[in-house]
Amino acid sequence: MNSLILRTGATFVMPLLLVFSVFLLIRGHHLPGGGFAGGLVAAASLTLYGLVNGMGAAKAVLRASPEIWIAGGLGLAVLSGVPGLVLRGSFLAPIWGTLGGVKVGTPLAFDLGVYLLVIGVVLTMVFALSEEGQA
Amino acid sequence: MSVPLVAEAALAVMSVAFAMATVRLLRGPRLADRVMALDLAGVTVAGMIAAMALLHNQPVQVDVGLAVALVAFVGTIAFARFIEKGEER
Repeated sequence: MNSLILRTGATFVMPLLLVFSVFLLIRGHHLPGGGFAGGLVAAASLTLYGLVNGMGAAKAVLRASPEIWIAGGLGLAVLSGVPGLVLRGSFLAPIWGTLGGVKVGTPLAFDLGVYLLVIGVVLTMVFALSEEGQA
Repeated sequence: MSVPLVAEAALAVMSVAFAMATVRLLRGPRLADRVMALDLAGVTVAGMIAAMALLHNQPVQVDVGLAVALVAFVGTIAFARFIEKGEER
């Protein structure tokens, strides 16, 4: 779509959406938000990029196909349960540590996996729908 | 005027706007009218959530309104693209 207003607007809104999605992802542990909501907002940002610059450009930004993002996210979410199984004897049991003064742990890795998974799933749908429109 | 009163007044006004947008959404002779109505409804919902956050004294709810506003923007653009493509054919 070739519109100056849209192009200029998207330049401001797209980074805003990405920052907001990361904010939602990190805040999700104690307050509303989390990997799913964050992933949806990030996918909306990439969809906006695709609508403005063409879906081919959005695919180039992703670097890998959305299926790889789904696999990576799902793999990360499953792997985040393994430390709990090994150290506490219960799959997905949370293990917390401190990294540079910030409390991090396996739940964050799980949320990150969900985040990547949701981006992959939503963009798979968006790309499929956009290709259907062109055919 | 007290803050709850202002929030309630804003909610009342935005409810009217939302009802009018719904009427346009249902009647709207063309697709473009419906898309505009949906966009207005989205923005109104974002404003209503902000007023509710003020009323309930819950700052967390403001972020919900922010998410609605940002995603409604993307939705409207997707619809606009859909309309543009339909006209080409």
